[in-house]
This record gives sequence, structure tokens and C-alpha cells, in this order.
Amino acid sequence: MTRERVFETLNEVFRDVFDDESITVEEETTADDIEDWDSLEHINLIAAVEQEFGMKFSMGQVVSMKNVGEMADIIMSQIGD
Amino acid sequence: MKELEYPFDSEYILKNAKKLKRMLLAEETSRMKKKIAVLGGSTTHDIIRILELFLLHQGIEPEFYESEYGQYFQDAMFGNERLDAFAPDIIFIHTSNRNVTAYPKPGDGREETEALLEEQYGHFAAMWDKLEADYHCPVIQNNFEYPFYRLLGNQDGAAISGRTRFLSRLNERFYQYGETHGNFYINDINYISAAYGLDKWSDPFYWHMYKYCLCLQAIPEFAHNLCNIIKAVFGKNKKALVLDLDNTLWGGVVGDDGAENLEIGQETSMGQVYAEFQSYIKAQKDIGVMLNINSKNEEENAMAGLNHPAGVLKPEDFIVIKANWEPKSRNLSEIAEELNILPESLVFVDDNPAEREIVRQQTPAAVPEIGKPEQYIHVLDRSGFFEVTSLSEDDRRRSDMYRANRMREKQQAEFADYGEYLRSLKMKGTIRSFEPVYMARIAQLTNKSNQFNLTTRRYTQGEIEQAAADKRQITLYGKLEDKFGDNGVVSVVIGHKEEDALHIDLWIMSCRVLKRDMEYAMMDRLAEECQKAGIPKIIGYYYPTAKNKMVENFYGLQGFVKTEEDDNGNTVWQYEIPETYEKKNKYIEIERNGEKDDKRKSI
Repeated sequence: MTRERVFETLNEVFRDVFDDESITVEEETTADDIEDWDSLEHINLIAAVEQEFGMKFSMGQVVSMKNVGEMADIIMSQIGD
Repeated sequence: MKELEYPFDSEYILKNAKKLKRMLLAEETSRMKKKIAVLGGSTTHDIIRILELFLLHQGIEPEFYESEYGQYFQDAMFGNERLDAFAPDIIFIHTSNRNVTAYPKPGDGREETEALLEEQYGHFAAMWDKLEADYHCPVIQNNFEYPFYRLLGNQDGAAISGRTRFLSRLNERFYQYGETHGNFYINDINYISAAYGLDKWSDPFYWHMYKYCLCLQAIPEFAHNLCNIIKAVFGKNKKALVLDLDNTLWGGVVGDDGAENLEIGQETSMGQVYAEFQSYIKAQKDIGVMLNINSKNEEENAMAGLNHPAGVLKPEDFIVIKANWEPKSRNLSEIAEELNILPESLVFVDDNPAEREIVRQQTPAAVPEIGKPEQYIHVLDRSGFFEVTSLSEDDRRRSDMYRANRMREKQQAEFADYGEYLRSLKMKGTIRSFEPVYMARIAQLTNKSNQFNLTTRRYTQGEIEQAAADKRQITLYGKLEDKFGDNGVVSVVIGHKEEDALHIDLWIMSCRVLKRDMEYAMMDRLAEECQKAGIPKIIGYYYPTAKNKMVENFYGLQGFVKTEEDDNGNTVWQYEIPETYEKKNKYIEIERNGEKDDKRKSI
């Protein structure tokens, strides 16, 4: 899966979870950029991303992820092609 | 909303919760408002978020109080102004085995474990007692799921010092508490976690990452299970099953194949599946569910199928049998009418997706996606349509009572004069102030009655007990018996004294005794109680809902005069009790023996 395709899919997940069709995430997007993205919604977001890509984040990855770009890195390293 | 009906897609619900909530709130439907306090021993955020969806779907609009993280015990025990001001209608305590603070050590004997058990149980029991004393509302308490590891291996569940055994015994103590406290309900996460898969349920990731005692993906199952208890407590249970026959209760089409060739009984695998399903359906009668048939068949063929020697269900198990070629949606509406219940209290079970769709479109009945025959029991059972909160004698006998009603109706047709018919019923009534044995049934009635209900005020058992104990209130329940059987408690009236009048807070009656003079017998007794207490006036209130139009002019019929009416149709009625009150009930003999006069409250 290309990085571009990963971001397209991430956009869909973010829009569903936050029920906001205007969201577009980029490499540098963090929780500060999206109004409803607090630590509680984060749990649900992570689970939705995992389900969408059919992969699991480890606890260490969830804790250290800094922005959506790093999230995409982990996703790409786990789902292969 | 189909997305929230069992079997549902949990991940879809979690991901789209915001959208689902928006859609639910946009539905034009009236919902009862309830205040729910969630006292958590672990994170409760997503539990509340998903529970809200299921409650909205059940017609309950919740307002939540959420304790600070892990503060369930403190909130309950040490006074809490915010919780007091919130005044919950129901309290849910969300604890898990993560909140058990001490376990036996391997090798501990009976005495040490007994002491530990007492200590852990005491922590909870003290809290429940306090909540009961402070809030008088129903309390829902999780039991404990099994631990996610077994220190003693297979002995963990068997040895006295095993943790699994310890949790089982603690659960048993919880159940014993429930047996002696009517307003206390167990949310059985022990069962739900097992059904979900304990390893997945207890995934430590969610505990250490977010302090959830269960995995996020299990929350919809958890919330649905919890919602079933809440909606049952607030009277939102379904009341009757409406069943198709061919390929639903047996394999094959009786009209084509002949009764002798149906798949039912022990000879084939499919026959066994249908026999087990019939046993499951038959057992529903014991929890008060009324069984009915809605089938496209010649009646003769339907009866031949139901009389199959290997069948478990027999024609006499059903109250209404509709076997004809009318649209099933029309049959279903007629069944509701004949049972005197609302169509939304029915659950329609049919293997044919086209029939399900038309009933779903045309009626408000619940229509589960029932799956394959071997899944029927699972889907129906887990849907929780008939969630049991307390089993009253009336529940067990409901089908008999409704059958007796059908016989009364048949008899009625034979009498030229209605009064003659009423006399022939040889009715005996009992009308008394609330008594302890009937508190649960009375509370249940206040939550279930929608049609013959003047104010639609709902009471918990605690509130009923309070009303009974309050000297400023007059409480009456009425039982009715006739030659066909005992109808049990069928009517309830609660009023409170204010200045020189009794204000009626609640007047309800079960529709199955409509036009039997019971409403007059209650009025007679109410007038008598008022006279005894020196109250000259009775003020009645009627608040219209979508369902109680039948009693719009009830007070008028009782001789009240309308004194107020607002734009919403709310009316106020007044009745001056004449010095010589003439009894309105002519056909029910009222039983008065056995009532001690000194027990009656003076006002």
C-alpha cells in the first residue's frame, strides 16, 4: 500500500470517528490540530485504525507515536504491500 | 435502528458512535428521560458513550453522572453533593476483578479465605446499603469475570485458596444479597465475558494503556447487556412472541409436505434443532411471555403441524393463532389488539426475510434478524427482549390469565346483556393499602402500564415502599378474581393529601380487566378512604401521552368536573365527595375480611 493510499484511508477513519467530513490529516497532524481528539477519543481512534488496516499497535508504539506521519510509518511497516 | 439490534457489528458501532447518536436524536419519537449514575472502578468513558446509544434506541434518553476515575466507593460512601444534586433514577456500579484488593495465598485454609471473603464482600455490601438508604433507587452491580491467569492451574477453580474459586464464591455472596434486596440487579459480566472469550475480553493492553477492565471491542456487548437490565427496570421489556410456523418452528412447509413429513423431533439433526427451539419457546411462557402464531397457512394445516406428536409446542400453548393468507403485518396488529397490548410490545420471529421486512415497515414490532435455525435460540436469547428483573407469580401465570380472558370474551358473546355477563363471572376483588408482598408487582405495574395510565408516572420499588410508609399518602392496590381464574394485582392508585384535597399522583389499571367495574370499585374504595381521613375533595390529573388516550375522559366518567385544561391537553378534575356516597361498582364482590383496621394509616 502506498503512503498516499494509507493517508487516504486514515482520512476516512478520522472522519468517521470524529463525525466530521472536513478533516484531512497530514504527516505533521497531531491531537492539537483536531478539536475532539482528546486522550479518551484517542482510544477509539487507535482501535478504529487497527480494525481498518487489520493490524495491532503495541503498547510501546501507542505511547511513543508523535503525529499521524509516525502512525503511518508503523502501519506501513506492519501491513507490507 | 438496525445497527443497534442484536446481532450487531461492534466495531462499526464504536467507530460510528457519533454519527449513530446524531441519527438517533434526529428520530421523531418520545423518550422517557432517566438519570443514570455510573460509579466506576475503572475507566467508564466509552461504556457511557455506547450505553447511551442502546438506551436511546430503547426509547430512554439518559443523563449521566460519571464518577471520577476509580472513585465508585468514595462516591457512594462519603457523601457527595454533586451526586445528591443529580438525584439518580438508577445507579450502576462498574467494578471488575481488578477492584478486588486481596486474594487468598496458595495454601490458605478455609478460615483465612472465609475472613478474606467477608472483607471483600463487606466492602461492597456496605456500599449497597448506603446507596439504598441515600438514594432509594435501583442499583445495578457487575459480578466478577474470571481472572485472566490461573496461578494454581486447574486447581485455581477447585482449591479453596484459588483465585478463580474465590471470585466464584464472592459472586455467590453477591447473588445472596440480591435475593434479599428487591432493588438490586446483577450485571452478569461473568457470563458475557465467557461468551465473548475471556482472553480477548481481559486483554491487559486495555487495562495498562487506558485502565479499561475489558477490551474496547467488547464494550458494545457489555453496554447492550447492561442496557437490557435498565430498559427492563423502566418497563421497556417486550411482552409477547409472534411466531411463524413453516421453517421457523419446524422444517418444511406443512401445507405442501404434510404434517407427517415435517422435520421436528429426534430423528434428524434438523428435526432436533427445531425441537430444541420449540422447547426454548415453550419455556418463555414460564417467564410471562405470551406466545402467538402468525402464519400463512390454512388453519387446518397449521393445527395439524402443531399437533405433531414429536412437537414440544401444542395449540394450547398459544393465545392467538392466526393462520390465514392476510398480510402478516395486519395479523400482527390484530394480535396486539386481541391481547390488549401495544404492537411495539411484540417480537416477530420469521425465517423469511421478506416477511420480516414488511412487518418492520408496517408495524413498530421488534423484528430480529434471526439467522439460521441453529442460531434462532442464540439470537433471541441474547437480544434480551424479555430480560427478567424479578419473577412474579403473575409472570408465571400470565399465559393462563390471557387464555382465561379469551374464554371470557367467547362467553360474553353468548350473553345478550353485558350486566348479566358480568354477574356470571362471579368476580371477587380485594382492595387494600400497599402490602409488602405486592411491592415488586406494584412497581412493575407502574412501569408497564401505558394505556390505562392517567399520569404515566413511573415508580421504582423503593419509591413504592416510601409511598406506602408516608402517612400523607393514600395507596391502594386492587386484585381481581373470577370464575376463570385469578388476575392478580391489576390496579394501583396513589394520592397525596394537600390542604383539604387528595391529589391523585397515579391511577393505573391493567387493560385485561377493562370494563369489568374494577375502575369503579377502586373509586368506591378511594372515596371511602378519603371520608375516613376527613378529606372532602379529590383532584385528578390527566397528562396525555401517545398511548393513554383511552382514559382522556376517565375522571369525567367517574363524576369529576373538569376545572383546568392547557394547550397540551393536560387536564385537572375535581370531585366533591357527597356525604352519602353511592357505590359505583355493581358486579364485584369486595373481599374485606382479613384486613386489620388498625393497620390502615391515618392521615
